[in-house]
Amino acid sequence: MSPALQGLITIAIGVGGCLSYFYLSNLFLDKVLFPARGPNAGRNINRANMIRPWLFLAPALMALGLYLAYPVIETLRLSLTERIPGGGYRWVGLDNYSLMFAEAKFWEAMRNNMLWLIVVPAASTAFGLLVAQLTDRIRWGSFAKSLIFMPMAISFVGAAVIFKLVYDTRPIEQDQIGILNALWLQFDGGAGSWLLLKALPALILAGFAALSGFVGWLILRPVIAGRFHGFGTPARIVATAASAAIVVLSVRGIFELIGADFNYGAPQTWLTVPFWNSLFLMVVLIWIQTGFAMVILSAALRGIPEETIEAAIVDGAGPFQIFFQIKVPQIMGTIVVVWTTITLVVLKVFDIVFAMTNGQWETQVLANYMFDKLFRANNWGVGSASAMIIMLLVTPILVWNVYNARKEMR
Amino acid sequence: MAGLKLTGVGKTYGGTVNVLNDINLDIEQGELIVFVGPSGCGKSTLLRMIAGLESITAGTLEIDGLLVNDVPPAQRGIAMVFQSYALYPHMTVRDNMSFALKLAKKSASEIDAAVTKATKILQLEPYLDRLPKALSGGQRQRVAIGRAIVRDPKVYLFDEPLSNLDAALRVATRIEIAQLKESMPKSTMIYVTHDQVEAMTLASRIVVLADKGIAQVGTPLELYERPENEFVAQFIGSPAMNLLAGEIIETGKETVVKLASGGIARSAVPTTAADKGLKVNVGVRPEALVQVKDQPIFSGKVAYTEALGEVTILYFEPQDQADHVISKLSGIHADFRGKTVSLGADPAKVQIFHNGRSLYYR
Repeated sequence: MSPALQGLITIAIGVGGCLSYFYLSNLFLDKVLFPARGPNAGRNINRANMIRPWLFLAPALMALGLYLAYPVIETLRLSLTERIPGGGYRWVGLDNYSLMFAEAKFWEAMRNNMLWLIVVPAASTAFGLLVAQLTDRIRWGSFAKSLIFMPMAISFVGAAVIFKLVYDTRPIEQDQIGILNALWLQFDGGAGSWLLLKALPALILAGFAALSGFVGWLILRPVIAGRFHGFGTPARIVATAASAAIVVLSVRGIFELIGADFNYGAPQTWLTVPFWNSLFLMVVLIWIQTGFAMVILSAALRGIPEETIEAAIVDGAGPFQIFFQIKVPQIMGTIVVVWTTITLVVLKVFDIVFAMTNGQWETQVLANYMFDKLFRANNWGVGSASAMIIMLLVTPILVWNVYNARKEMR
Repeated sequence: MAGLKLTGVGKTYGGTVNVLNDINLDIEQGELIVFVGPSGCGKSTLLRMIAGLESITAGTLEIDGLLVNDVPPAQRGIAMVFQSYALYPHMTVRDNMSFALKLAKKSASEIDAAVTKATKILQLEPYLDRLPKALSGGQRQRVAIGRAIVRDPKVYLFDEPLSNLDAALRVATRIEIAQLKESMPKSTMIYVTHDQVEAMTLASRIVVLADKGIAQVGTPLELYERPENEFVAQFIGSPAMNLLAGEIIETGKETVVKLASGGIARSAVPTTAADKGLKVNVGVRPEALVQVKDQPIFSGKVAYTEALGEVTILYFEPQDQADHVISKLSGIHADFRGKTVSLGADPAKVQIFHNGRSLYYR
């Protein structure tokens, strides 16, 4: 049988099966189990209505249990056992974890993950907000927005392949096919190079540091003012600490940048330069996630009552004051949701690293580390342990994300 | 003198859509001017042009003797109260009121003094540290007014400030605004509304806007007693003024009009001999009509009555192609339905319009 036909039949059976499950089980409930007639009609209707939600939820609950809850428990079990060659398992307690914590590669992955965690959500949200604001009032704004949103339609692996070409290196005597090297070779170390490669990035970094410092202050302000939000307070303090870390990193980056000695005139293998290669990988994810942040934040900006902005104009606020003191605080909830959603994506980042460097040259991240251990080294114990670590990191952010999203919806 | 002067002001959108034309208006310091008009007449646009939220595409606007066409809103010495209050939802009442002063880099003690003064006037002391979402509609409205007061503007602009309140609160807040105005006799206020009761009760002068321009400017009672044209006559007062077609048959200090419906109307509007035979519309307010025995202006069969207790509104069956005649008799006359009633009016309360314009203002 041709695979296409097979696919069609599968779809038909799947969709038909779902429909008939809902239809027939509902029919069974109403006509056979608790029929709405006879002496107990009223009682039967009430009972049927109590059962119906569970009836409809059952397939989803079963799928979630089978594919989500069970794997989590199984992973936890695996992380606490060791495979005996020749079959069977042996309980080893936390040995797998201590083995993993003793490994330098794990800490490299952890450190890189934290770096990703700081840079990517911040940059994506900031760029998304910037684009959303800048395209709000111009005629070709929606065209620009669709262009920026387009990377969302590309798979991470596809994006990784595209950017691998951007970062590609050829020997000096050949033409460069990577645009980054092609640009790089235009710089000769003169004044223009200094301005573009040192002064400008330093300025951008300084601006970024100032912005994240301001955001951190905005997040912390209600805590200082004593308007506690219960659960939100520790999260706010963590977020402020994170933005403080960004400020420190950015300032350090500025000094490193100014002092750096660039190797002008020679094509660079960008993905092998430690620290910077991680940033080059992050650019891919930022490129993708900016579109997501932009769409959500653009809708949120549109939702701000126009009259509050006009009131601010009459009150004498300039464009920047309106943006930072009127618009941003009003969409702070949405910004937090976007930020945490991207954070979740970042914590699980795998495809980009896998496809571009596979964790070499100090670019390892947790998900790729897990894949390495689990499927390449066949070390199920340590692999599962790292999977549990990822889940531990994701869960609090996920809970906060859901909490904020629900608050936004109210 | 913190007056306002509009000279030939007009507004055109995109170079083609003309919404306001040649508005000339002089507003003295301390006046409370009300802009009224039907929906879409441009009254809010005119207010927003004065505020600086819309550009002025023709003419000049002077505030306090200074040309402010191109001056940004914050420097015009105006403050605006918006229909939806437009409070900043993330700021407390105190922050909402002090925002403008903080932007103006006033000292903390100055800000504190201004906010305290405004809260005292508006009785907002208990709510200073609340967020707007924790306030009722009336309280939000007061915060919005407070936000205007702290800036101590030359001109206050109100854009339908009561339309989001329920009926009882609207009356209370209307009286509060009137008292506020009385406590600040030097401030000029411009107030946009579509509600004539607000216009009649608050205004020192009313500006009726219609058809891209000003239909009439005058005190509330001038507008009521001596409307300049049929539009104002029918716009002010409820139910609207009756207009009856006729022809002038006698001129002089008192004019006599023979109506198409057969009645005779006497009006105190003076006319000259040349006006004899002029086709005119006679305007009589429903509440000016009283029952008479002979020489009625109008007599007809009552099609429908609305007994409100203090007054009874009679709707007469239409005659020929003329409009419904409506009369408002004091007292209870619930049994008038289906009866024929003859009505007359005091000549002083009878207007005469020719080509839509009142003969009184020739």
